[in-house]
Amino acid sequence: MKRLRHYWSLLRRPSVHYSLGFLTLGGFLAGIVFWGGFNTAMEATNTEQFCIGCHEMKVNPYDELKTTIHYTNRSGVRATCSDCHVPHDWTDKIARKMEASKEVWGWIFGTIDTQEKYEEKRRVLAEREWQRLKANDSLECRNCHEFEFMDFTQQGPRAARMHANALAPGQDEEGATCIDCHKGIAHELPDMSGVHQR
Amino acid sequence: MKTLSLFILIVCFAGFAWAAEKSLDPSAPDGLRKGGTLTETLPAEPIADEPRASGREVRNWPEQPPVIPHSIRGYQVDKRYNQCLTCHSRTAAPEAGAPMVSVTHFMDRNGQTRSAVTPGRYFCTQCHVPQTDAEPLVGNGFKSAEEVIVGEGEDSK
Repeated sequence: MKRLRHYWSLLRRPSVHYSLGFLTLGGFLAGIVFWGGFNTAMEATNTEQFCIGCHEMKVNPYDELKTTIHYTNRSGVRATCSDCHVPHDWTDKIARKMEASKEVWGWIFGTIDTQEKYEEKRRVLAEREWQRLKANDSLECRNCHEFEFMDFTQQGPRAARMHANALAPGQDEEGATCIDCHKGIAHELPDMSGVHQR
Repeated sequence: MKTLSLFILIVCFAGFAWAAEKSLDPSAPDGLRKGGTLTETLPAEPIADEPRASGREVRNWPEQPPVIPHSIRGYQVDKRYNQCLTCHSRTAAPEAGAPMVSVTHFMDRNGQTRSAVTPGRYFCTQCHVPQTDAEPLVGNGFKSAEEVIVGEGEDSK
């Protein structure tokens, strides 16, 4: 307690040895270094390389992604893990990164470190992602696939009908969103018994 | 002696040259990649396009499994889930505007009609396939039922 009070009074006193210019400029530079470093480190955890650094991510979800259109396609525009699984917005991103501490726990204790364990948890993991995307109106899909810019004439007749009727804002009383129909587009689906499919 | 060995050497070389000229690389059987020889690797044909929506095709005989008139890229059909049934199941078909799977798919081996597609008819692509724009590999003299009946009628005349 005494030490705390000492530091508090130290903080409240004007500086004796350092000039105001040094302190403000130094603080400014240190801020840039800290903020830049923080964001760089966070971006590093957003790379595909980082995600598949763990065995369980590499052999399970990543392997399933490889056959899908979000991994390889004619134009080479592709989505990596974080494009769909981490919000792009800063505050939401930080929230998701804090949630990810549970994934670190899972990694340390090997909750899905075998194919069998992964298979066992597939439905739970899938449902968590469906719920997240339902709650944020499939924000991560819409970061690339914008409804306003969809050309229905270029879509298949069935796709055009569904998008024009169900997905259009205010058209559907339940408020349909991408994930309601497009489940299992990047990874294999779990046992779907009891899941309401549109 | 010297001239003899020289002669033998020349004969040998001539023999080698003759053998080299005569190819040891016979032509390959005409499979998917026509032409070429056994040791040659010919470039593969471009992969046929799977049209996104090609329109339903007439069946050539009554029992023919209808071909799939749309792309099925990435469709999951396994123990966990059958993605075809998302639209073609009994309950989903009307809303999706898709034809419901035929009632024969609900019959088990005893002819008993069940409420869901039976395991024996679960794997769609065993019988149903999408159509690509690929040319037929070999000639085909197939006639549809109508053509056969018409032909027979002409024969008996």
